[in-house]
Amino acid sequence: MAALLDIHDLRVSFQTRDGVVHAVDGVSTSVDRGKTLGLVGESGSGKSVTALSVIGLTRLPNAEVSGQVLFDGTDLLQLSSERLQSVRGPRIAMIFQDPLSSLHPLYRVGWQIEEAILAHEQVSRRAARARAVDAMRAVEMPNPAELVDRYPHELSGGMRQRAMIAMALVLNPDVLIADEPTTALDVTVQAQILELIRSLQHDFDTAVVLITHDFGVIAETADEVAVMYAGRIVEQGPIDTILEAPEHPYTWGLLQSIPRLDTPRRDRLEPITGTPPSLVYPPTGCHFHPRCPYVMPMCRTMDPELLQSDPGHFVACHLPVAERRRIWQELRPKPAEAA
Amino acid sequence: MARYIVRRLAWAVVMLVVVSALTFLIFYTFPSADPAALRAGRQATPQLIEQIRHALGLDKPVYEQFFIYMKNLGLHFDLGYSYQNNVPVRQEIFARLPATISLTAGAFVVWMLIGIPVGVLSAIRPRSVGDRVAMGGALVGISAPVYWLGLVALFLFASDIGKVHLFGGAGSYVPLTQDPGGWVKSLILPWFVLAAAFAAFYARMVRGNLIEVMGEDYIRTARAKGLPERRVILRHGLRAALTPIVTIAGLDIGILLGGAVLTETVFNIPGVGRFAYDSIVNSDLPAIQGTVLFGALFIIVANLIVDIAYAFLDPRVRY
Repeated sequence: MAALLDIHDLRVSFQTRDGVVHAVDGVSTSVDRGKTLGLVGESGSGKSVTALSVIGLTRLPNAEVSGQVLFDGTDLLQLSSERLQSVRGPRIAMIFQDPLSSLHPLYRVGWQIEEAILAHEQVSRRAARARAVDAMRAVEMPNPAELVDRYPHELSGGMRQRAMIAMALVLNPDVLIADEPTTALDVTVQAQILELIRSLQHDFDTAVVLITHDFGVIAETADEVAVMYAGRIVEQGPIDTILEAPEHPYTWGLLQSIPRLDTPRRDRLEPITGTPPSLVYPPTGCHFHPRCPYVMPMCRTMDPELLQSDPGHFVACHLPVAERRRIWQELRPKPAEAA
Repeated sequence: MARYIVRRLAWAVVMLVVVSALTFLIFYTFPSADPAALRAGRQATPQLIEQIRHALGLDKPVYEQFFIYMKNLGLHFDLGYSYQNNVPVRQEIFARLPATISLTAGAFVVWMLIGIPVGVLSAIRPRSVGDRVAMGGALVGISAPVYWLGLVALFLFASDIGKVHLFGGAGSYVPLTQDPGGWVKSLILPWFVLAAAFAAFYARMVRGNLIEVMGEDYIRTARAKGLPERRVILRHGLRAALTPIVTIAGLDIGILLGGAVLTETVFNIPGVGRFAYDSIVNSDLPAIQGTVLFGALFIIVANLIVDIAYAFLDPRVRY
């Protein structure tokens, strides 16, 4: 059976003054009810554009979008803007990184939640308001009857993000896309928000697409992980596989650049050398080859395909599988010896 | 809030005193005709001129004249008597206010009704043909001087000298209370002429602000909620884009209530601006003072109202 949300060969490019930017370059992935797909990558890897394209928010005069986004069997890319509007909100909802700039500064938060209800359902303002209060209670905002009349700037960062989540979930969508939902928050609040998303997901059997650059967030929440680099998925698999047996040099780099408490402290963290590539003139062959420590001559000319190395585990790399596994065994952080 | 308003009003008084002093200073520093001689008429004897000079108090030192003026203004709200015809300046100005208010209010409606829609349409299709035409038109509107535009309008549409006899020409103003139909007819040309530059300027401002706002994160949120694009633009985009424009609109109204000198002069509308122009021509110091003070008062009050209104328009602003 097909997944609830099935993205197939999605390509998004923007016409800019500097040339054509290939922000998303053939991405295929999927997520099902009750599951969480983590999209990981550096800034500019195309993860946000992928998510925005799903609900048509990259429909701009200078953008070109191709491929398929099958949602419940319908290709969202083929829908008219009007039909897509009725999908956004009640079927697929989205929350964003910075809740302060993502909420309208001039309207009360309750009003903004009510507006989402009224846009899609024929209910009275009074009923919409009651539901807004309920939604705020569901996201564990204290004293929602009072907070509905607050403006966004009068709430704390965590409360704002809760209000955003209430707004996204008030119509009980099938899919929640969360674009860096915790990046702008304190670490303690981050954990609460992630826990909240997870428990709401459990209650409503929602499919979640979680976009982040933070492997810690992914490790806590995702079932499936897709690692993106320069507009492409370079590795995809179940969370345990990606954390325990990653096979792409870029994933290794990401995992190694996380500070850890459970391994001996090295002198310094190991960043991935070099800078992310230009998306206007991407490198030939494997896009990661200029920064890859294990680069081979063929990487410079030939594009690696995303191939299955284990059931459910896909990797786009020219290194032989055995070689990749050997290197990871050497690289993997060793738990601290019992002292 | 109350403390803030009191403080602002206190400053307003200080400002008005300073403005009066400056007007006195400018009047006596720069060369102008001798008001006493003007008042005395042609072939007046030197004795008569001296007599008038004394009657008007012009033989006293400037600082004493200023002091007397401020005392009368402060104690009796007395702006003095026109050198020209001995009529109280306050009465002269109040008699002319309705015409100026009529002109300003109508022009304001016209420029907002043109400026905002044009700005919005330009903003949602930037660099389209429509946008380029609108912004080209706006450039012409901003560049065209009111006195030229006014004369062209009269030449084309005035009921007396126009190519097409459509609207009232110069000097056709009738008060609203006397003849509402005639009031509209006589003011249509001045409204549009005065509004032209403002409409152009506001269209550009709305366009610029709205383009900027439409790139904000909360617009993306509004779209992600599945709102119709129309609502995203008007309720979310325009609402935010208009807030700073309200400030400028308030100030513009304040300035115009002090007298739209050029428009009132071209169309010969008996308003405060026309009065200011006449009093300058006649070196009529009390009348000049009166119009300047009124103008300053309107600007100060408009400023205060705008600042208070802003706290209601933008909940993030607190005093």
